[in-house]
Amino acid sequence: MALLEVAGLEAQYGWTKVLHGLSFAVDVGGITTILGANGAGKTTTLRAVCGMVKTAGEVRFDGHRIAGRATEDIVRLGIAHVPEGRGTFMQLTVEENLRLGAYARASRGTLAGDLRRVFEYFPVLGDRQRQIAGSLSGGEQQMLAVARALMLRPRLLLLDEPSLGLAPLVVREIFRIVRTINREERVGVLLVEQNAAMALDLADHAYLLETGRVVMSGPAETLRKDDAIRRSYLGY
Amino acid sequence: MDIFVQQVVSGLATGGIYGSLALALVMIYQATDVVNYAQGEMAMFSTYLAWTLINAGLPYWVAFAATLAIAFVGGLAIERVVIRPVENAPVLTIVIVCIGLLVILNSVAGWVYSYIQKPFPSPFPEKPIRIGNVFFGAHDLGALGVTLVVLLSLYVFFRYTTLGLAMRAAAQNPVSSRLCGIRVGWMLAVGWGLAALVGAVAGMMVAPVVFLDPNMMGGILIYAFASATLGGFTSPGGAVLGGLIVGVIENLVGTYVRFIGTELKLTVALAVILVVLIVKPSGLFGRAAVHRV
Amino acid sequence: MSGAGLRRAVVLAAVVVACVLPFVLSNFRLFQFTQVFIYAIALLGLNILTGFNGQISLGHGAFYAVGAYTTAIMIDKWNVPYGWTIPVAGLLCLVVGFLFGIPALRLEGLYLALATFALALAIPQILKYFEHWTGGSQGIVLSKPRAPFGLTLNPDQWLYFVTLGVLLVLFVLAANLLSRRTGRAIVAIRDNPIAAQAMGVNNALYKSLTFGVSAAYTGVAGALSAVAIAFVAPDTFNVFLSITFLVGIVIGGLASISGAVFGALFIQFVPNWAQDISKAAPWAIYGIFLITFMYAMPRGIAGSLRLVLGRLARLSGGTRRVA
Repeated sequence: MALLEVAGLEAQYGWTKVLHGLSFAVDVGGITTILGANGAGKTTTLRAVCGMVKTAGEVRFDGHRIAGRATEDIVRLGIAHVPEGRGTFMQLTVEENLRLGAYARASRGTLAGDLRRVFEYFPVLGDRQRQIAGSLSGGEQQMLAVARALMLRPRLLLLDEPSLGLAPLVVREIFRIVRTINREERVGVLLVEQNAAMALDLADHAYLLETGRVVMSGPAETLRKDDAIRRSYLGY
Repeated sequence: MDIFVQQVVSGLATGGIYGSLALALVMIYQATDVVNYAQGEMAMFSTYLAWTLINAGLPYWVAFAATLAIAFVGGLAIERVVIRPVENAPVLTIVIVCIGLLVILNSVAGWVYSYIQKPFPSPFPEKPIRIGNVFFGAHDLGALGVTLVVLLSLYVFFRYTTLGLAMRAAAQNPVSSRLCGIRVGWMLAVGWGLAALVGAVAGMMVAPVVFLDPNMMGGILIYAFASATLGGFTSPGGAVLGGLIVGVIENLVGTYVRFIGTELKLTVALAVILVVLIVKPSGLFGRAAVHRV
Repeated sequence: MSGAGLRRAVVLAAVVVACVLPFVLSNFRLFQFTQVFIYAIALLGLNILTGFNGQISLGHGAFYAVGAYTTAIMIDKWNVPYGWTIPVAGLLCLVVGFLFGIPALRLEGLYLALATFALALAIPQILKYFEHWTGGSQGIVLSKPRAPFGLTLNPDQWLYFVTLGVLLVLFVLAANLLSRRTGRAIVAIRDNPIAAQAMGVNNALYKSLTFGVSAAYTGVAGALSAVAIAFVAPDTFNVFLSITFLVGIVIGGLASISGAVFGALFIQFVPNWAQDISKAAPWAIYGIFLITFMYAMPRGIAGSLRLVLGRLARLSGGTRRVA
């Protein structure tokens, strides 16, 4: 069953159309990845799903239409977005960043429990709880961004290039945690990545984007074996 | 020495008022990059409302509390109704809207209440309070106390409540805030409400000293600018501290430097602005702006 | 018709109308239009600084005052013919503005606005302090000049033409300055100072020079106003004059030459209308005007016209030019 279903999605910045009728889906408890080069429209796709750009087309979350709704309201439905550039509140402490993650959640009673839970995933954040977020390293900030998203107790996690600018070891760690979260809590994941090899390892479904159009899609396994993909995106 | 202590305390009292108004300016500036030139007139208008309530027979502190509530709602409404339509316009456009607001409030106050000065009551006794060998004006001490209570409550609100945290987040990073489900527009409106509330306190505390008239906040707003500049427009605590420093300097200079007296006090404030700006453009406690290519 | 051609035609028509006005309007109305031209010059000066170069000044009333007093003192103390005093006022303001522009370099946006605001506040006090020269609070009374060469124009008509002439010369100069290399450098500094610097623009020099030129324009306007009103007094150069100038350029349209004229019309006539509508609270009406205006045209009159003309030109297939 599809958790997120997108059909004929279009998006534009000013006069420039960036997405030309995308269709894709994320299953309940599934991981879908969208691959593509710089400027293919990957980030815009995520922004379109949570109402940050002007869009046309159908976006259904859990069977409800969400296209055209305000970002704040979409977030409240349980869609957590880890944006490009991580969106850290640099001048706030790690703990305050995490509290903000839980801001839109219906039940606030278990804040302490949730903090404990994300600190289990990311022990380093627990150590730096009272530190100003701006003083964290890039990898720690990416962890903080994922942790902040988890505080929402989302049903769908949108990840925008979590590997960008991070050391391979750190990337592997983050991907491992995403997989754990996906398995243990049945959180659907929509992952946008340039690192196609890692993304295809993680995902069950994959879509390849070129200049705002889906040019190939299918089970991640199939795409990984595709010759064209291997040459252009996996590099072997 | 006694005179010195007296003048310092009295300077702290007026400085607290400058600091409050400066804080109101900084709160709005941090959230929206706009200097609210109408802040002083909003405070003046609130003070007139308080005067009306007190004249209608309400006890002082009831009127005080009611005024704070009205000021908060008024500030919130002004943001939603007047400022919101130009939210995304160039900064100068918003500045002009604020100037429009300033002349409207000033003119309406003059129309409703006339331009004749009115006395405004102080809730504190007239008799000076003696501590050791020194006498202090009761209103000075009281105003300082009230100001500190308000500032402390604000600090607690911003530091420890979820709403306060969300407001700080919205001011720093609106995009991320939306992704956390924060309604950024409403946070800005609440910010305007709180700024109006702080301004109302400043107005009610200064009115017994300068008397109530539609232009009473003009000069004080300039001191508030000086205070905010001194402290740095990016630092709320700095703005308050800036206010206290400006208040004390103003008083000491007025007392000890003969040729300045009371007439050139304003010039002192301006001199403070200019010197600070030239020596340290981002203020004593402000952060320098970061530039990106 | 192309956008540029249309613009030229409109400007020409406006000049023709302006030349006819003195013979159909009452002297009082004519005086108001003289005032509009004077404001337009001042606004153009401020617009060069704030609109084109991005330096916000809340203190241009100070340069207006310096220009006005230069003229008044030269006429009053030394009997210099008024025609000579106007360029002197402009030059003096050029120097003063340039010098003020140097420390102002260290200040960004808001802080520059506050520093210039302080200047505007201080000016009346300073003028009163130098009583020997300025006549203190009483100010200086001058006499209105008559038309020379036996022209059959009354003083108001003559002053009108003098002002119009100065306005045209200064506007053409500004249009030339801004459409050339210098103009592009000035705008580049506003839009991206670091890139401009990297491209070899001497930001510091250009910014101070822009400050100087801007102050010179406003100073010339001040000088003309002293001649036209035949009176200067410190309290007319208060903070509100500076704020009015800022209102004028934003309402007229930032970074637009024609915007200065629209802004001048606004700041001259709208307060009068407000007065006509409500004697009790004219400024409230004025404030409402200001706010509604900004809602309707957040980019000022010139900005809105540019949009409309741009659309027209595109519809008619003509080329679009950014004014």
